[in-house]
Amino acid sequence: MAEFALPANSKIGTGKTWPAPSGAKKTKTFKVYRWNPDDGQNPRVDSYSIDLDDCGPMVLDALIKIKNEVDPTLTFRRSCREGVCGSCAMNIDGVNTLACTMNLHDVDGDVKIYPLPHQPVIKDLVPDLSGAYAQLQTIEPWLKTTTAAPERERPQSPEERAKLDGLWECILCFSCQTSCPSYWWNGDRYLGPAILLQAYRWIADSRDEFTGERLDQLEDPFRLYRCHTIMNCTRTCPKNLNPAKAIAEIKKLMVERKG
Amino acid sequence: MSLRSPLARVRHLGSARDGTNHWWAQRVTAIALVPLVIWFVISVISLVGADHAAFVAWAGSPISGALLVLLIAATFHHAALGLQVVIEDYVHHEGAKIAGLLLVKGACLLLGVIAVLSVLSLMF
Repeated sequence: MAEFALPANSKIGTGKTWPAPSGAKKTKTFKVYRWNPDDGQNPRVDSYSIDLDDCGPMVLDALIKIKNEVDPTLTFRRSCREGVCGSCAMNIDGVNTLACTMNLHDVDGDVKIYPLPHQPVIKDLVPDLSGAYAQLQTIEPWLKTTTAAPERERPQSPEERAKLDGLWECILCFSCQTSCPSYWWNGDRYLGPAILLQAYRWIADSRDEFTGERLDQLEDPFRLYRCHTIMNCTRTCPKNLNPAKAIAEIKKLMVERKG
Repeated sequence: MSLRSPLARVRHLGSARDGTNHWWAQRVTAIALVPLVIWFVISVISLVGADHAAFVAWAGSPISGALLVLLIAATFHHAALGLQVVIEDYVHHEGAKIAGLLLVKGACLLLGVIAVLSVLSLMF
């Protein structure tokens, strides 16, 4: 059966509390999931109180401040700090999003930070996404053609190019992928919203010559049809894209090619 | 424990090249049920207070009898498709999954056939 309770070694306990520096006027408390693979302990939630007058505006600014000034053992992924690389995706205040584009003012009360849901945890806020990366590899996310490469670029009309808008912007942060209950229960077989949006990005590309083969690879009760239009993917996307619509377009093409 | 690569695990047995008919049938039966259920509810309400003979005459007439048979077929086909998805979603033990699917589909088929024969018995 699908697991609705955490296994015994994943039950989350209460961790350390790190008080705000004395003299801080405007403080906010961050409750952060911690798990260390090396100490044999269950996960815990540490509380860090931060002086907001001495901190940048985004959740990532606070995490970096905690790591630099309070607790250097805190582990998380980050790179571009401006919503382009997708490294710092995590569950903040109950929603999967990018720590670098989530403003602290948008969180009422304590800021609860967990890794992306339902993935194996490597350490603290770092999830193991190797399954999702392998799924991305299976849909072969590159231009595939039989026609020999032209001497110049492959032409595409402005109308054809417009069909890629809302698809090419995906930064593969996997916020949508890990927000999908269908992906939680059947992530070993269901490709998930992020991968299906990528698949549609190449299906919708007028220059690609392998549309039918791409549809063949997706036509499967689990790979594609585990999507039940729950829409968590579209609601959570930090880039405001619509993976649910991309999946619906794939389903429409499946029906269309039948006659 | 498995040492297969993530890619081998994801590719697994390959695409089943199936699922579109299931998805389409679920939508078509859902849309068909909208007018059929509205017709059924209005018909039953209009017969409130009527005696047994009036109900039998209504269900046994060719038009309402045919619509009743379509309503029954769409209902149980839709139910079987939907319950199949629920079991596939949540039951991950292969034996329990197959047993559950057979049980649900068999029950829907049996109940549907009983209901259709009940309508036909009023006609002939």
